[in-house]
This record gives sequence, structure tokens and C-alpha cells, in this order.
Amino acid sequence: MKATKILERVLAALPIMLGVAITVFLFMRLTPGDPVDIMMGRGGAVSEGEIEKLRSEFNLDKPLYTQLGIYLKDAIHGNLGYSYIQKYPVTTLIIERLPATIELAIAALIISLVIAFPIGIASAVWQNSLLDRLSMAGSFLGISMPSFWFGIILILLFGVQLHILPVQGRIDFDAHLSIKTGFYIWDSIITGNHVALISTIKHLILPGITLGAAEAAVIARVIRSSMLEILRSDYIVLARSKGASEWRVILKHALRNALIPTVTIIGLQVGVLLGGNMIVETVFSWPGLGRMVVSAIFARDFPLVQGAVMVYAFTFVMANLIVDILYTYLNPKITF
Amino acid sequence: MINTNNTLLEIRNLSVTYPTRRGEVKAVENLSLTVPAGGRLCLVGESGCGKSTVLHAILRLLRPPGRITNGELLFRGRDLRKLRAKEIQGVRGKEISMIFQDPLTTLNPVFPVGEQIRESLRLHQIIPGLSLPWPLDIIRRKQEKEIVLKAMQEVGIPSPMDRYSIYPHQFSGGMQQRALIALALVCGPALLLADEPTTSLDVTIQAQILDLMLKINQDHNTTIVMVTHDLGVAAEFCDTIAVMYAGRIVEIGPAETIVIHPHHPYTRGLLTCRPHIGEKAQQVKPIEGNVPDLTHLPPGCAFAPRCPLAQTVCEQGPVPLIQVEKNVLTRCLQPVDNRRDPSWTWDQIVRI
Repeated sequence: MKATKILERVLAALPIMLGVAITVFLFMRLTPGDPVDIMMGRGGAVSEGEIEKLRSEFNLDKPLYTQLGIYLKDAIHGNLGYSYIQKYPVTTLIIERLPATIELAIAALIISLVIAFPIGIASAVWQNSLLDRLSMAGSFLGISMPSFWFGIILILLFGVQLHILPVQGRIDFDAHLSIKTGFYIWDSIITGNHVALISTIKHLILPGITLGAAEAAVIARVIRSSMLEILRSDYIVLARSKGASEWRVILKHALRNALIPTVTIIGLQVGVLLGGNMIVETVFSWPGLGRMVVSAIFARDFPLVQGAVMVYAFTFVMANLIVDILYTYLNPKITF
Repeated sequence: MINTNNTLLEIRNLSVTYPTRRGEVKAVENLSLTVPAGGRLCLVGESGCGKSTVLHAILRLLRPPGRITNGELLFRGRDLRKLRAKEIQGVRGKEISMIFQDPLTTLNPVFPVGEQIRESLRLHQIIPGLSLPWPLDIIRRKQEKEIVLKAMQEVGIPSPMDRYSIYPHQFSGGMQQRALIALALVCGPALLLADEPTTSLDVTIQAQILDLMLKINQDHNTTIVMVTHDLGVAAEFCDTIAVMYAGRIVEIGPAETIVIHPHHPYTRGLLTCRPHIGEKAQQVKPIEGNVPDLTHLPPGCAFAPRCPLAQTVCEQGPVPLIQVEKNVLTRCLQPVDNRRDPSWTWDQIVRI
């Protein structure tokens, strides 16, 4: 894919982002609950003047379209406003929390791929075998199981009963990690702090499995069904007729074709991993974006919720773009 | 029937079945064939008569659950059925290769055509050398590419240099089939199995591909076993024709004898159901009835239910291949002695 085409696609994402911004802005204002009331508490020990002052400080006294205009104008300059509650710029808050979420998403993705690929391939190769039936039943369970429940079960088993894995936060307090980028794995590697590295990895395991299990189930099913279809195709017979070994036929000729639908699903799942992990972050007290958004919604912290949703929308758009770019490499029939 | 010293492939009593819910489908039943080195043999028959199954069985490429239940597949004296997986992989593509009916679906869509041909060379270590991983194998790859380009040139792919790295969907149907032929021939096999190689192509391209295969047969002395449903193609291309019906050979002999003086009523039927220029559509005589159910074959001649010449004796027991003239075997108890009546048609059979 040419650079100009990529730029074109990125620019095409702008109207989508604008649409998301307007929609979220309006919907947040439609939700019941006045942010100023929530900020002040409902005690009534505040004067009318103070309330008015706060309203005008956050432009809440102006008509909706003026508020929207101000918001969009600032957004273009990279200013997503100030959090009502935390009194920090929304961008600062998001940038602070984002590494935790990304790190967890990457861990979950790695875990899900490591589980999904062998299972998906093996179930297709030995279709209807005991292994196939067990793993497909397992993946059905993985898809249907609510992540909060699965997370709690893991906490009970590995944290409470066995005491082998930490169940909350990103790192032990005594790891003394000096934070550079916010990505703890990276930070502990560049500072050579292996205690922190081990602690971080341990903290990633349970939330990573919780988040990755459902993804693994979906990806394994896609790999299995596309492999099954491909293994019946003519070019697989050709590969065999050339004298290729069975594993070469499966891992080179078949898997390479099965990657095309699989990458689509992985791309969508990356969006879900980054944007849909509020529950897992809450269950494991993970200091990421998801948990911040949950509390921001309860507090009617309009700018923060808006900012976070913009990040989510951007993530989905980018994940789709990356999938499209990968397509041009995976599927020679597609060119942009 | 053919000088055995010269035999490249001998199939003895081959049986192939596909288990289904309705019972075992006997796709090939007790089939014996001898192919001399350098020969061109055609297996002719309707869809589902087992002709492609024979080819796939030779290279042990039957789709599961299909399996060979009986017989020997002697290639240069070795029984291919008894080879271990590694050994048969060494035979495939190197000593025996195969080309297929639909070149577009047969080429892998995600690899460049040239690379797909080159893979055969690498698999069989045609250029000897260390097995270095990509990209360290650059010298070996270059030598292999040279051979691939030569092969592409030989099968008539113009400017192979430019076409080496393009993908199958960017080739025309004829070019795809040429590429597949190049792929099949690049390791210099002794036997080429062709599974309806011209069926999906335009008539003009068909002729070109047949010419190409004939040229390969003559230049490299490559033995060819071709499967086709078109007796015309078979007559044009082969020296020997074996007509198959319901998994069995019903008539085998030199091509011109089979086409001009067939003895088996089924072969005659195949000939009369071919349309000719100048004929009106209703003059084409299809063979009445349908191919029998391969799970429940009649005890006698499988063609008897459709055969206008059938008598009670035909339905009573298995019919052997009977020698009716020099080099011609026919599985028929009422072989037509056509030499007396060259203007034979189905109508006359019905009148007899």
C-alpha cells in the first residue's frame, strides 16, 4: 500500500472522528444527572453564586450548540477540555492511563494468539477428533463465559486459594520501578530492573487470560473454519502432488490462506481489547483507561468520557486501517 | 498385450471405495492397466465413472474417506501403495506429477506463480546445497529461478521474466494451465498424470495445450496418462484409449480402433452422442438412462440397464474383458461387429 493511500485513509477517518465527537457530546448531555450537582454533592451547602460560577467556568450555562462549538474548536487544537472532577486536562489523564490499557491488551492478544493458533489448526487438521470436540466445546465456553465471572474465578483459584499470582494492580509496591513511558515491561527492561519485570509479568497473567480467553475462542473458531474450507481446496491437492510434506501443506499452503479471514477478526478484536476492557480492569483493579471511564461516567465527567470515547473510536479506525494494509500483503487480489 | 520390458506403470486389480452413509461407493473396481514408457494413454468416460479417482489413487492423493482397498500400483517395479509417507512424497512431483482440471483453483492464490514452480525444485533438492533459510539461500534461489524460467519458456509462457512474480489471478486460463504444466515438468518426471487438463479451457486454447503435451511427450519421452470425457480429445491425443464405465474398464485398445470400430455398445454411445457441425440438435443421440448407483451395482454388466443390446445373460453374472481383436479387449457379451457395417447408428441397434 502506497504512503499516499495510507494518508488518504487516515484523512478519511477524520469525518468519522467528527461524527463520533458530536454523537458522544450530545448523548452525554442527554443522560440524566447534572455534573455540577454531582460535583457539589447534594447537601445544598453551596450558594447559588458558586454554582453559577462553576457553570460558567465549564461553559455549562451556554446553549448546547455553543458548547459543542467550543468543544470542537478546542479539540482541533488537541485540547479535549478539563476533567470536571480531577481538574486536569483530559489529554493528560488519558495519556497517563493509556499505557496500562495497551500493555494489558497486548498481553491478552499474545495469550489469545498462542492459544488460538495451535487449537484452531489442530481442530481443523483432526476434524471431529476428540481434540477437536473438546477444544470447540472449550471455545464455546470461552465465548459464552462472562469475563467478570471468569476473572473472579481466576482470582479465587490463583490468588485466594493458591496464592501464586497477584490479583490486583500492575506491579508490587516494593518493585521500585522508575516510570519512564508508562509501559512497565518496557520501563523495567530499559532500567534493568528485573524484579519489576517479573512482578509486572505476574500481574499481567490473570487479567491477560481473562481478557484473552474470549478472544482466543473467537479467533480459534475462525482459524478452524477457514482451515477446514481451505484444506478441501484444489491447491492443497496441488501442494501434495508436488511432494510437500503434510505439515508443509498445512502450515505454508493452507495457513497462509487462512490468515486472510483470521487477520480481519484479530483486527476487530484488537479494537475490543483496547476499548472493551472496563469490566476486566475493574475486576482486577487495573489502573487503565477502562476503569477511569467507568468512574467518569458515574461522575458525569463529560469531557473525560468524551475524550476516552474519542480514543476508542480512533483505535477502531486505526485497527481497521492496519487490517486493510495487511490485506494488501496477505491477499494479492487486493490492491489499493 | 504390451511389451512388458518397457512398462513404466502397471496397475493390477485396483479397487477404490468411498464409504458413505448409503454404503460403500465402489469408485474403481478391479482395474488393471499397463502403461509403456513414452506412451500416451487416455481414460475416457462420463462424470463419476472413476477415471479421475484412478489418477488420484496412483499418487495416493485420494480425498479421505476414499481409500484403495485392493490392488498394486507398480511404478518402475515398485508398488506405490507400499511406500511410506516420506517415500511417496519423494515420488510426487519428481517421478510422477499431475496436472488438474481447473487451473485457477489449483494454483495457490497467495503465492507468485514462479515461486510455486520453484517450490517443487526445492522440495526435491534439484539444486543440491545446504538448506539455508530464507533469505540466506540467495545463490540457490537464483539457480532455481533460472530453471523455472526455462521451464516457463518451454511451455510457451511469453516473457517468463515478467511473469515469474505475478499471481495466478493475473494469468489467463490458458497461461495458468501452462504454468501448471511447467510446475509438473520442472523436476523432469517420467510420468505425467493429466486430469481433464483442457476441460475448463476455450477450444482454441484446448488445442494448444494438447499440442504442448504432445510436444512434451515427444521431446522428453514423458509418459502421459490423461483423463477426459471427450473421446475426440482422446482420439486426437492418445495412442491407447481405455473407456471406463461405473468404475470398470469396458473397452481398451489402440485409439483409432476404439474410435473408428468400437465393439462395446457404451463406446458407440459415447461416439454418437457427440454433436457434429451441420447436424441438427435432435440428431445428437444421448445415451438413455443414468449412470448406475455405485453403492448398488448390478451383479452383471453395469451398462446392461441402459444397453439396447442387453440380453438376460448380460444381467446374470460379472462380464470379463474379452479379446475381440488384436490388442482390443471389450467387457461385453454382445460385442458389435462393426466392421461389417461401418454406417452404424443407435437407431440401427434399436431395430436389430
